Amino acid sequence: MDFDLMINSFPKLLNATFITLKLLSASLIIGLFVGLIFAILRLNKNIIVNRFAYGYSYIFRGTPLLVQIFIIYFGLGQIEYLRTSFLWVILKEPYWCAIIAFALNTGAYTSEILRSAFQTIKPGIVEAGKSLGISNKIIFYKIQIPIAIRQSLPAYGNEIILMLKGTSLASTVTLMDLTGVAKYIISTTFKPIEVFIVAGGIYLFLTFLIHNLIKFLERKYSY
Amino acid sequence: MELLTFGDTGWGDELFRATLMTIAVSITAMLIGFSFAAIFTPLKLSKFKTLNLIANIYTTVIRGVPELLVIYLFFFGGSGAIMFVASMFGYNEYIEINAFLTGSFAIGIISGAYSTEVFRGAIQSIDKGQFEAAKVLGLSKFKQFYKIILPQMLRLAIPNLSNVWQITLKDTSLISVTGLVEIMRQSYIAAGSTRDPLFFYSFAAVLYLLLTYISMKLINKLEARYSRGY
Repeated sequence: MDFDLMINSFPKLLNATFITLKLLSASLIIGLFVGLIFAILRLNKNIIVNRFAYGYSYIFRGTPLLVQIFIIYFGLGQIEYLRTSFLWVILKEPYWCAIIAFALNTGAYTSEILRSAFQTIKPGIVEAGKSLGISNKIIFYKIQIPIAIRQSLPAYGNEIILMLKGTSLASTVTLMDLTGVAKYIISTTFKPIEVFIVAGGIYLFLTFLIHNLIKFLERKYSY
Repeated sequence: MELLTFGDTGWGDELFRATLMTIAVSITAMLIGFSFAAIFTPLKLSKFKTLNLIANIYTTVIRGVPELLVIYLFFFGGSGAIMFVASMFGYNEYIEINAFLTGSFAIGIISGAYSTEVFRGAIQSIDKGQFEAAKVLGLSKFKQFYKIILPQMLRLAIPNLSNVWQITLKDTSLISVTGLVEIMRQSYIAAGSTRDPLFFYSFAAVLYLLLTYISMKLINKLEARYSRGY
């Protein structure tokens, strides 16, 4: 055991943790919006809209995240139209490509979580709202969404942890996130176990924090 | 389309072989995972606190650390560990271990952690009366498990194991970083030499979708078979 290496690599890995956290929070925020939109589309009665939303979530859940990142980072640059459009400013950066891939991926899982949460809301609650004369819009925003959020908290907590692990793939498109830096240190020192303990410890600590945050929110919003 | 022809001009045969490799790695990893689950599930359900702790450390660490980090640990650490063991037997040459075995082992350990949780949940949700009835019938410990508990456990475990299989199948794409030529690595090579990454990565996505779709269908059949009595 090389304790000096462990102590020396800790600040470097901690620095990289910030990039991991930035990637995670950006993709979760965008992914939540994407997920909410597609969950609502899934509940739409129009079969084409419905199928489209199902197809989206099926494709993104059925293929590895690595393929999705590679398609966006290496593949999209091939389209001449994109290279000349304003989107190229975003798509040439590996940082944004990673965030887009993560957001679309977590969006697919989130849409499934939210959809099942919406479907488990008892019809009686919506009917009660209607008989009180509340408009459909307000029923949706003030009754259905809060209940759906509470229902989906445990599953969404798992999704956050999966996404935290997913951000490690950013290292495959040259980003120096926690896993990227860990790999760099391993390949220059050839001491995989020491680096694994420190980097893995940081990941476990983050998982622990997320787990407890979700537990806290669950207790706060339980009814 | 001519990019996908078989033979020297296209990438069809290479991608076909790569797909078989992905299937082979996934199945090997799943089986390695099952053997890990066979060790750690009893530990999880044991009465002894220390054994519980060991199993909990295994599942928590593996499920909380990114798969890629575990793969790097095995990729860089695997040959070192084996050389260390070999040096104790007086063998000091450099040993390079097979990418297939390292990859399957790394993914297997990850898949094992998920399988352990699935089996634990399945055994815990079997009615207590079943265990007692098996005991009362005077069956041997082995028969109690093999004839009474296992069939019921499998029925409960199969839906969740199908999730573990999907996760394992998708995780094998990460082994491409170690150079094993499976779907992802082959697409990377093809994309590099034809300068057509969009086509090859999209095709890789289609291959993965096909694999997940076919395995879903097969697992549904298996599930129907194990739910016959219900």
